[in-house]
Amino acid sequence: MEVSVTVNGTGRSADVEPRTLLVHYLRDDLGLTGTNIGCDTSSCGACTVLVDGRSAKSCTLLAAQVDGAEVTTIEGLATADGLHPMQQAFHECHALQCGYCTPGMVMAAVSLVDEYDDLDAAGVRVGLEGNLCRCTGYQNIVRAVLAASE
Amino acid sequence: MTDTMSPFAGGIVGTPRLRKEDPPLLTGESKFIDDLQLPGALWISLVRSPHAHARIDAIDASAALAVDGVVAVYTGADLEGDWAGPLPCAWPVTDDMKNPAHLPLAVGKANFAGDAVAVVVATSRYAAADGVEGVVVDYEPLEAVVDVRDAASDRLVIHEDCGTNVAYDWELTPDPDGVAAAFQDAVHHVTETYVHQRLIPAPMETRGVAVVPAPHNGDMTLYSSTQIPHVLKVMASLTLGVPEQKLRVVAPSVGGGFGCKLNVYAEELVCMTLANRHGVPVRWTETRTEASTATIQGRAQRQTIELAADADGKLTGVRATLLADMGAYLQLVGPGVPLLGAFLYHGLYDVPVYSFTCRSVFTNLTPTDAYRGAGRPEATYAIERAMDSLAVAVGVGQDEIRSRNFIPTEKFPYDSPAGLIFDSGNYQPTLDRAKELVDWDGRRAEQAERRATGSTMHLGLGISSYVEMCGLAPSRTLAALNYGAGGWESATVRILPTCKVQVVTGATPHGQGHETSWSMIVADRLGVDPDDVEVLHSDTAISPLGMDTYGSRSLSVGGTALWMATDKVVEKARAIAAHMLEASAEDLEFAGGTFTVKGSPDKEVPLAGVAFGAFTAHDLPDGMEPNLEAQVTWDPGNFVFPFGTHIAVVEVDEETGAVELVDYAAVDDCGNQINPMIVEGQLHGGIVQGVAQALWEEAIYDADGQLRSANLADYLVPSAAECIDMKLDHTVTPSPTNPMGVKGIGEAGTIASTPAVMNAVVDALRPMGITDVRMPASPMTVRRAIEAAGGAS
Ligand code: FES
Ligand code: FES
Repeated sequence: MEVSVTVNGTGRSADVEPRTLLVHYLRDDLGLTGTNIGCDTSSCGACTVLVDGRSAKSCTLLAAQVDGAEVTTIEGLATADGLHPMQQAFHECHALQCGYCTPGMVMAAVSLVDEYDDLDAAGVRVGLEGNLCRCTGYQNIVRAVLAASE
Repeated sequence: MTDTMSPFAGGIVGTPRLRKEDPPLLTGESKFIDDLQLPGALWISLVRSPHAHARIDAIDASAALAVDGVVAVYTGADLEGDWAGPLPCAWPVTDDMKNPAHLPLAVGKANFAGDAVAVVVATSRYAAADGVEGVVVDYEPLEAVVDVRDAASDRLVIHEDCGTNVAYDWELTPDPDGVAAAFQDAVHHVTETYVHQRLIPAPMETRGVAVVPAPHNGDMTLYSSTQIPHVLKVMASLTLGVPEQKLRVVAPSVGGGFGCKLNVYAEELVCMTLANRHGVPVRWTETRTEASTATIQGRAQRQTIELAADADGKLTGVRATLLADMGAYLQLVGPGVPLLGAFLYHGLYDVPVYSFTCRSVFTNLTPTDAYRGAGRPEATYAIERAMDSLAVAVGVGQDEIRSRNFIPTEKFPYDSPAGLIFDSGNYQPTLDRAKELVDWDGRRAEQAERRATGSTMHLGLGISSYVEMCGLAPSRTLAALNYGAGGWESATVRILPTCKVQVVTGATPHGQGHETSWSMIVADRLGVDPDDVEVLHSDTAISPLGMDTYGSRSLSVGGTALWMATDKVVEKARAIAAHMLEASAEDLEFAGGTFTVKGSPDKEVPLAGVAFGAFTAHDLPDGMEPNLEAQVTWDPGNFVFPFGTHIAVVEVDEETGAVELVDYAAVDDCGNQINPMIVEGQLHGGIVQGVAQALWEEAIYDADGQLRSANLADYLVPSAAECIDMKLDHTVTPSPTNPMGVKGIGEAGTIASTPAVMNAVVDALRPMGITDVRMPASPMTVRRAIEAAGGAS
């Protein structure tokens, strides 16, 4: 079936099997491999993208379900002027090591900061509960998200 | 605390510097294994035994072959002739170690749930997975051996040809009579038994493999999400009989390893052999559920530790015995993991005599191997938990018992009773500082008050002082331990004609930030900008020599090679500069990237001038080779011994059994630091990984050997919500074993934190008569301990 989405501001479409997951559609059909896969039980958040502005785990959605939607992936955050403020904060706070969780973590954080006005550390920790990182112990991720929320 | 002993003068090393690795990772530009685009590649998916122990009677692939997109199905028997040897175990710790043949695809019998028995080859990953559903395997299930004591009894022998489940017995008792006497004369004799549950390493990126053949010239490129491209090249070439010079191994961006990617796995060899057979690229990406059983697990030991002490609690002897679970087969370095802890069961305490024995057994569970810390977390756990028991027996505080026994600073270098030489140490300040950071006295008062008022929210304080041996390793020591390879590392420094620098390292980063740290070291010494230094790694065609990254070795071994290669290139540049300045080389000073004639500051030439002169080669000293490049391979003379003290404060809810970490302080000493920001990051992650063993994580198996926690919904890798901010500080005691005075820090956090947390949990519950809680200290486990102790019901 034909699935059309606006990804990072550009209209894209591809002919896919109806069972194709959004994350595979993005990675394998559109070649946007920045969005990662870390599990098969929707537990890790590595695949987080924005669908119509809100964070979603792209491994829990079928590509068909987002037909016509606006999707933002990690590739859509930085501009010609440089990194998105959340990416910059992750860089400055050393909030990544291997970087595998990072695209999903950054997208979840962008959505979290967008949704809540006065986030504190506890709020960030609970807000990012669905995104696992094995490297950083989260301390610098929390710092980065707070820095970017200011 | 400030560092006054650094050998670096360039103003770059020792200060935090943001990582050059970050931008591609932050934008999705980095390529992990599954991101590689390989047109025409075939995908494989493995048929895995659902039984922990079963005979394979027949395999019928006809339904699979009918699936659209499935190209072929191979059983273990079909591919048996493709292997020049079984999967390698590089650490036969004893000459008579039992090592059952471990084929990439099992033939005849599956020995753990997850053991691969057949492979489906298809045109897409979806089709390969569909094909697996269509393979019908006729299994005859056998009884499974899942408990180490049951295994050791040989009631049921798993590998008939071995005749026993005991893989090996290994002992280190330099002075048996002394040990016997120490325990005979002991005033205090503490005996404790602890269980290290099995852990699933769970890097966020699972494993993956892609093999690109070139059928007509015989080249083959193996891409793998591995920590060890160099070791893998040698091993894969031996196991498959592929000529080593034709094989290139590349580790693309690797999403964490923690030891589980320090191995040679079936899927790597299966993809290689199928790429040969089909003449096109063949690839595989592990699912998370597969990763839980098909990738090695960690820990899995039962340990008994005995302490002998005099009336003051001064240790007079330590004796440890281990029963270690190897799982179904011996993996690359699995048998050696207990040995990496074998020398450290007396911790950082001054003990005259020492004994360690280990029996390692086979079970019908996933094979075990190195997991962050590998042997040293286990050793530290045993001694640090037992020291708390000793404190209670002697009637002194947990802090005091440690202070009384720390190896005194003046004894360094310290000849350990296990036969090591601890390079440098100054332990007491780390304990003092950690106590300050958690307000030890204030917390003790709060604990007493809660107890006095009958609160059911109990406070517990736990100390863990540790020393570890890392920087693997002197090749001769490895030889004495029967390890199959050396422990050297290689580095090349190449100053390009435009005075930009290329560094080639044999260390293989997967999150540790080598590119940034290596650039800082070279830039500091050459007087160039770190951004003008490019660090090349992880590809055997670019970096042909290397022993890779594990055992906190990269900086102290690979960094030292880099330091020496930098020296060597500067010496060559100095000779050229002297020629250019018509001075003698000894009269030249090199600072800030410029050679100056001592006493004649106007006679100078910048490194850039030398680099270009070395490139044009128009006027070099007689006999000198053009270009500025130096390569050094360094074999360390000793391990390095980082140390520190961590203190955990927990609150235990007597009614629910819930344990909450409320404060955590870590004071570590890894000698001179290159990039303090990266050191802190390593500690944060390491500490959380160790806390997770104490409180949350366990590979739970049932009596049939079925894993009940095979995905991230059931295996509790902590999220940000369970973690807290940690308070870090450090001391600086440089290592005298290498010119930079550095020690490793990659595993320290994990080594220290597990016993700190468990000591805190037990400290909270000790008034109820509880002296041990099994890990992980889940609410249910804690409640059971309270009930068993006759506490509140
Ligand atoms: S891959 Fe989507 S939540 Fe793990
Ligand atoms: S940085 Fe490695 S998993 Fe988060």
